[in-house]
Amino acid sequence: MSSHIQNIIEKYGKDATRLMDILHEAQAKEGFISDEVVKEIASQLNISKVDVEQTLTFYHFFSKKPLGKYTIYLNNSLVSHMMGREEVAHAFEKVTGTKFGSVSEDGQFGLYNTSCIGMNDQEPAAIINGIVFPKMTTYRVKEIIKAFRAGESVTDMINSLGGGHNQSDLVHSMVTNNLNRRGAVIFSEFTPGDTLKKINSISPKELIDEVKKSNLRGRGGAGFPTGLKWDFCTKTPGERYVLCNADEGEPGTFKDRVILTERPEMVFEGMTLAGYAIGAKLGILYLREEYRYLEKQLETVLLGMRGKGLLGRNIAGKEGFDYDIRIQFGAGAYVCGEESALIESCEGKRGEPRNRPPFPVQVGYLDKPTVINNVESLCSVVKILEKGAEWYKSMGTKETSGTKLLSISGDVRYPGVFEVEWGITVQEALEMSGAMNVKAVQVGGPSGRLIGPNEFHRTICYEDLPTGGAFIVIGEGRKILDVVKNFMDFFIDESCGSCAPCRYLTVILRNKLNKIMEGKGVASDLDDLVNWGKQMKVANRCGLGQSAANPILSSIENFRYEYEAKIEKGKDFDTRFDLNKAIQESSRAVGRFPEA
Amino acid sequence: MSEKIKFTIDGKECFAEKGANLIEAAKENGVYIPTLCHLEGVKPAGSCRICNVKINGRPMTACTTTLIEGMNIENNVEDIQELRKIIIETLFVSGNHYCPACEKSGNCELQALGYRFKMLVPRFPFEFEEKEVDAEAPKIYIDRNRCILCKRCVRSLKTEDGKSIFAVQGRGYKAMINIDHELAMNMTDEEATHAMDTCPVGSILKKERGYYDPIGSRKYDKKPIGSEIEQIVTN
Repeated sequence: MSSHIQNIIEKYGKDATRLMDILHEAQAKEGFISDEVVKEIASQLNISKVDVEQTLTFYHFFSKKPLGKYTIYLNNSLVSHMMGREEVAHAFEKVTGTKFGSVSEDGQFGLYNTSCIGMNDQEPAAIINGIVFPKMTTYRVKEIIKAFRAGESVTDMINSLGGGHNQSDLVHSMVTNNLNRRGAVIFSEFTPGDTLKKINSISPKELIDEVKKSNLRGRGGAGFPTGLKWDFCTKTPGERYVLCNADEGEPGTFKDRVILTERPEMVFEGMTLAGYAIGAKLGILYLREEYRYLEKQLETVLLGMRGKGLLGRNIAGKEGFDYDIRIQFGAGAYVCGEESALIESCEGKRGEPRNRPPFPVQVGYLDKPTVINNVESLCSVVKILEKGAEWYKSMGTKETSGTKLLSISGDVRYPGVFEVEWGITVQEALEMSGAMNVKAVQVGGPSGRLIGPNEFHRTICYEDLPTGGAFIVIGEGRKILDVVKNFMDFFIDESCGSCAPCRYLTVILRNKLNKIMEGKGVASDLDDLVNWGKQMKVANRCGLGQSAANPILSSIENFRYEYEAKIEKGKDFDTRFDLNKAIQESSRAVGRFPEA
Repeated sequence: MSEKIKFTIDGKECFAEKGANLIEAAKENGVYIPTLCHLEGVKPAGSCRICNVKINGRPMTACTTTLIEGMNIENNVEDIQELRKIIIETLFVSGNHYCPACEKSGNCELQALGYRFKMLVPRFPFEFEEKEVDAEAPKIYIDRNRCILCKRCVRSLKTEDGKSIFAVQGRGYKAMINIDHELAMNMTDEEATHAMDTCPVGSILKKERGYYDPIGSRKYDKKPIGSEIEQIVTN
């Protein structure tokens, strides 16, 4: 065993910044990371055991305990619930004989909840030993568990293949693309390699200027101008890096999944262009563990590009431009989609956002100037170089040019990815996806806004309603408070725990929400939710913490009546206090037993 | 000679060397910015968020702010003070801070801030679970129910060859401080005392000796936290 760990560690040059890879490989061997292995890793890397553990315990998919021969992660996102997660979860528990959060007695099956896995268009979905099982039903649960018991492997249970590259041997997945609308940029005609050759006729500065001229803004949601970011990065001397953020963890978004499935060359070419622009030698694709099933295809594409001279030395014949790309897998942490947390994770640490300033363009990966761009932004760059900034700017609105991939899911007839020009109204997006009896739309995922019909006329663009692309449609029959609770649970699970308000106030807010949902709320509880929730916006360091109360705040703003319907009328005292429960411990001590 | 810069806190004209840390520079100018996680000479964490101030109108943590010329800082303003009080109260309900019986009472910075902010009772319910006490190390023990995760120990207490003795485990509200038992085995008495003094609350405690000064003559028994800074007269 120790020689095995030694091999892994030597493979990564005894480099503690590669701890994520080391832990992934160690876990792949045994299915978990034992105390012995932790000690071995610590001693080989010459760091303390608690340092290994602080990274290990941060990530959802790393475990110090066995997770079962078949490790089943069932998506816990809102849309998974809307599509029938409850009965699927129940079926899993029934047939495996174990509860969620534990392993069956025979060690065969481990059942776990997991935050959105990027399959909102085909829920309820599960990941079993790395393989995605979309559209789960109780029938399917029984079928696969029975087969596993009979000794069949997880890959044996792939009973259909999704469209496009999902059908290729390299992906071989049941996931469907649901690419419902192709637009002019990401999913238009694309010939790999052609655009990259243009670097022979354009200088890095000219490329940056072209991107600036195109008005391209970051597609992750924050909307920072891409060209400007690149420009800033070149201002700081030293080795520079390109990181591509493929950690799309915002519940409800799944567009990067489709890009990485259908346009992997475009992503890598975009990363290479970014590298050319800022003078980097290395690019890292930070890919969420949930998309591990795409690894083989992505590595093969990288190999192919190296073979064609599109990566490596003197790229595309450009003398002196040396650049390569590696893939860094995350391990289940939404917060790593925050750029500075992503850097920390790439360095083998806990994915805790950094304090800013300094910004990553000054002090980033390995403390070197770093550009971090969203998958979709980098793809857009390829098309901007191919067809020109003016062409790109001719699409979209005045301040938001180009197209946007919307990930539409929930109560719609056609969930999937839609590439649209910026400036489409919410109403148009609803009609486009065949939405039915819409009560609300969550724009931008839990960290975004929950809007009602009075805002459906608004346009999706940075000057009106900005979004990273998640668009969850909530139908008439749904309860808004269920939606809010799911989102609050999500933020609690995904808080890194660094800032005190995010660590605790999220829980306090959720508990207060629970109290209202249980019918024990009073009028002042609503004021508390608003007053305390508002503090989150200013009190926390990163976007996760700052937006963690958004579900509560925007739902109270737009659906206050649903809260008020649950509030005890005319009562202004707190009815939650349970005297018997409160005195239980002391009663036990003195031998009195009040009614439970 | 390093360059002097001018800035203001709540309208008061202040001076500092260029590149100074805001909390520390404020202190030299007789202005107290409350904090629980900041430790001079140690990389700022910006994790307790109590030192939130407004810089040119924007909320920022003072401990992570490097001063530049002309910064306009709001410190003692109502919304910021309210935010600080809320954070202090969440820290009180997040664990079990039983001040009267705590070894750190009177020396505890959280307790002292509770007094300074006139907290009578936290506005939040006590509903967080009990956490495990780790008493395996020979010289110190850690009561995680009194920990506020300021990470002072994580950032500042290392072995001679730079290894971490303390680190965070888990995330979110379940995050807690872990001790490396092997490294803690070799802690000297001095190091154990230093660890206890580094902890702003009563979470890291030295075994066998709870406190040195009797109640009534401890650090914050007579004067509130921050008053020593506010007494500095500047020209």
